[in-house]
Amino acid sequence: MALSTPGASNASSSRPFDTVAALKESAVVAAMVFVLAIGLLGFHIEDVTGGLELVTRFDAVAVAVVLGFCGRLALIALREGRPLPVVLTAGPIGLALIAVLLYVQISGDQGAVRWLPFGSVVMDWVVGIAVIGFALRALLGIWRSTDMRSAEERDAAMDRFGAQVQRVARVLGPFLLGFAVILPFLPGVDRRLLDIGTLVLTYVMLGWGLNIVVGLAGLLDLGYVAFYAVGAYSYALLATHFGLSFWVCLPFAGIMSAFAGILLGFPVLRLRGDYLAIVTLGFGEMIRIILLNWYQFTNGPDGISGIPRPSFFGLPFKHYAAEGVTTFHQFFGLPFAPIHRIMFLYYVILVMALITNLVTLRIRKLPIGRGWEALREDEIACRSLGINPRNTKLTAFAMGAMFGGFGGAFFATRLGFISPESFTFIESAVILAIVVLGGMGSQIGVVFGAVLLIGLPEMFRELSQYRMLAFGAAMVTIMVWRPRGLLAHREPTLRLGEPPPPATAKGAE
Amino acid sequence: MGYFLQQLINGLTLGMVYGLIAIGYTMVYGIIGMINFAHGEIFMIGAFVSIITFLLLGILGVTWIPLALLIVLIVTMVLTSAYGWTLERVAYRPLRGSTRLAPLITAIGMSIFFQNYVMLLQGARVRPMQPLITGGFHFFKHSNFVVTLSYLQIFIVVLTVVLMLVFTYLISHTALGRAQRACEQDLKMASLVGIDVNRTISMTFIIGSALASVAGLMFLLNYGVIDFYIGFVAGIKAFTAAVLGGIGSLPGAMLGGLAIGLIEAFWSGYFTVEYKDVAAFAILVLVLIFRPTGMLGKPDVEKV
Amino acid sequence: MNAPAQATPEEAPPLLTVEHLTMRFGGLVAVDDVSFSARSDHITAIIGPNGAGKTTVFNCLTGFYKPTSGRLSVEHPRNGRLLLERMEGYLIPRRAGVARTFQNIRLFAAMSVLENLVVAQHNRLMRASGFTVLGLLGAPVYRRAEQRAVERARYWLDRIGLTASADMNAGNLPYGAQRRLEIARAMCIDPILLCLDEPAAGLNPRESAELNELILYIRDQEEVGVLLIEHDMSVVMQISDHIVVLDYGRKISDGSPKQVRHDPAVIRAYLGEEEGEEERPAATEQPD
Repeated sequence: MALSTPGASNASSSRPFDTVAALKESAVVAAMVFVLAIGLLGFHIEDVTGGLELVTRFDAVAVAVVLGFCGRLALIALREGRPLPVVLTAGPIGLALIAVLLYVQISGDQGAVRWLPFGSVVMDWVVGIAVIGFALRALLGIWRSTDMRSAEERDAAMDRFGAQVQRVARVLGPFLLGFAVILPFLPGVDRRLLDIGTLVLTYVMLGWGLNIVVGLAGLLDLGYVAFYAVGAYSYALLATHFGLSFWVCLPFAGIMSAFAGILLGFPVLRLRGDYLAIVTLGFGEMIRIILLNWYQFTNGPDGISGIPRPSFFGLPFKHYAAEGVTTFHQFFGLPFAPIHRIMFLYYVILVMALITNLVTLRIRKLPIGRGWEALREDEIACRSLGINPRNTKLTAFAMGAMFGGFGGAFFATRLGFISPESFTFIESAVILAIVVLGGMGSQIGVVFGAVLLIGLPEMFRELSQYRMLAFGAAMVTIMVWRPRGLLAHREPTLRLGEPPPPATAKGAE
Repeated sequence: MGYFLQQLINGLTLGMVYGLIAIGYTMVYGIIGMINFAHGEIFMIGAFVSIITFLLLGILGVTWIPLALLIVLIVTMVLTSAYGWTLERVAYRPLRGSTRLAPLITAIGMSIFFQNYVMLLQGARVRPMQPLITGGFHFFKHSNFVVTLSYLQIFIVVLTVVLMLVFTYLISHTALGRAQRACEQDLKMASLVGIDVNRTISMTFIIGSALASVAGLMFLLNYGVIDFYIGFVAGIKAFTAAVLGGIGSLPGAMLGGLAIGLIEAFWSGYFTVEYKDVAAFAILVLVLIFRPTGMLGKPDVEKV
Repeated sequence: MNAPAQATPEEAPPLLTVEHLTMRFGGLVAVDDVSFSARSDHITAIIGPNGAGKTTVFNCLTGFYKPTSGRLSVEHPRNGRLLLERMEGYLIPRRAGVARTFQNIRLFAAMSVLENLVVAQHNRLMRASGFTVLGLLGAPVYRRAEQRAVERARYWLDRIGLTASADMNAGNLPYGAQRRLEIARAMCIDPILLCLDEPAAGLNPRESAELNELILYIRDQEEVGVLLIEHDMSVVMQISDHIVVLDYGRKISDGSPKQVRHDPAVIRAYLGEEEGEEERPAATEQPD
């Protein structure tokens, strides 16, 4: 099967375009799409009284086959250096589709929907964007006439891009920070946006925490949610049983999680790569099942509710306070608004995330940080230098877990209620995806990843049922396109000479 | 005594299902050194394709059960293998040269994608199906616990044994099998001596997926309900089985599957049902710590 | 130039004593009852045809294999007599002061040259950083320790001529430079015994000569004992003070280069049964 691989030879439009071969290849792909689609897409199981019924959706299968055929043909054309036909066909079709969709959206005229190929508007949007994407790619091909470089060249180019972004980030960072600080006060920022911001920051913090384990120490942890859960439950139990405040419980949550990190790290010390991943995944699941079933201790599936919210250094965010207690709004002479608490939570997580970032940046320059990176590079060499791999790994687990625990405690206090349902494997996968897609070891990459994977879907809440589907597809697409992550680049933590100026593309060939 | 026997029968049957899935894991791991994280979803897809085919056959009026089973078997194996093939082409082949982490991420991504794909297309609710194969042999009819060996269980065992025999023959006596073993030893070298590595790997995925789809069919027949999430837990358990039996060893995978099935049956029979999954994970951890090569695996000496 | 150290016999116990070392892998006997010793002012070479068990001996010495039987003792100036066969892998470099390099270079490729050398000084820096706590707080005691570590790294960078490449990723260095870096990194742990596993493999004659200089420097100026496995006879014969020859896991010769050169057992092992062949000291053997 003559399906192309990356790194194929450079486009040579001097080669005659073998139409027959292209059509055959596309037909094969179309047939494959048919086989894939006919079973699960073509038939739909309906629950009816008395049993199940099958509903056919052959039109959808037909559309999928046609898309597969055209898409493959377009890819071949691009590969063979014939971008022009792609632009001429994909361009108008895509533009027309998008135009109709926008018209429907803006004018609300639902009658025009019959012009669209799919019944579902979402599918129309996806196809429309995909077609436009092809057209743009083809346009790029005409303009630049470069395409498939070899894998090494792409890697080096990505590394340079990552380096540039990191240098820019040094300047941009303070701006971003400033923006984040004043965000709650900007016009048009309502509770929903603030919530999204808080959510993104939570995942940023968790991503930075996992970055220590996966990015620095190179330990594939698929069970990070376990530490998140330990932190959340520690805080929840301490707060509801002993009435301790958030600030007092926070260190405890961190310590409990760190302890859990060491406990879970011990058995996996000798495991590598995929095995480590699966076992940590198993641990995460075990913790969840235990939380679900240990009713006496954790309330099982009912979860723990009534978790106290944090106070502003003793001033609760309530409308009416108990006797002798001043509330926040009373103290500052402001009218009561629920958004005060939301804003406070936002700042709390912002500060927590910043602390995580500062600690991580610092630790990289310390021997333990370098030890982690050396361990990731070559454990055998580490042993030969007298570095204790066991302690190094356990420290990585413990530190990463600790930050996860802090995040969990924050999560508990923000929602006021936790249950084992919030701590599924998907959470671990999402956090890992943020770290890896952003670029392992890159702090700014994690921010980018969190915005991309958490912020964007939250903005498009209406499409929430497609969210996970898009998430899975995004993970695959981005990894195949950029295996090292989008912004991966490693700056040495120690320099003998001067760092290169930002304008130069740094590529050591 | 009767209760024990029943758990034994149930456990062995369950174990065959796990074993079939485990073979897919162990084959893929043997040949490309990677855990196919999305393999559990292939099993799930197999179950769904089976139920749809059954319904379709019912509508078309094919009611003679052995024929229906045969058709469903073939259709399921073919359609599900297509998914397995696609999985390899989309998520693994482009990343064959790169770090360990990248294929793992794409595998997880494909797993999430498949789960939600099926969920969106077929609905999130559980799908029940009337039991097709009923009846069986009853033992100890006069004691207080009647042991049942259902026809379905016999069917599962027979089918699995047949598939294993076919499959073992395939591995040891055909060119494909030799190519597979060569690729397991040294991928680069295999390609240098003229073996079509891509095709061999694709065939490995296809065969593994076909077996997993049969497991899906059996699961459907046995439990009567499926949903889009069954792949996740079954996948972990089957992987545990593969590791327990010795990753890279095919008889080991089946042996491990049987072991896990038995452990699960006895655990839920004699202890609690809620924690049975924990038992599976715990076994995985213990095996990997104390005997990472499993029961039949080859010990790996670290080359310095 | 090789000036064999003026050995005052029995002045001090040898740095390393290997007694009846045996290593079995299942049914295969890789090392069979090998005994030798190495002095701290000597360069001791272990040579032998392929498969003779040389790297296995190294791996036993440096904690990567647990010997089936035998005793490996090291005389440490501060820590006294230490038995390596029972020590945990990472403690051998740490407490017994035995450093090593690898046949297939094992640098930290994604880290810079300078970082590679500083990581080697991990343990001292960890203590100085108060196990990270003091370091996090920016305590001056850590900063001074890090300064000293960088100075030591710089010293070795000058020695191996890589000062200009200090900030480059170690993985991007040319092959010969990587080999030298690995040796320098091993020296940064302040060892008393340096084990080099085929350091000359893949080096051209000029690079081999530079390597010889470096090893001699280590023996003479750093006063570190050197144990090396090598196939390249130009290296072995020119700089070794003491040679141990293995074949099929057994020791077949042990002595000065001159003695070994003329030992018929050695000649037979390398060249087969043809007798009457004169010494072939200058022949550069094919590296593995």
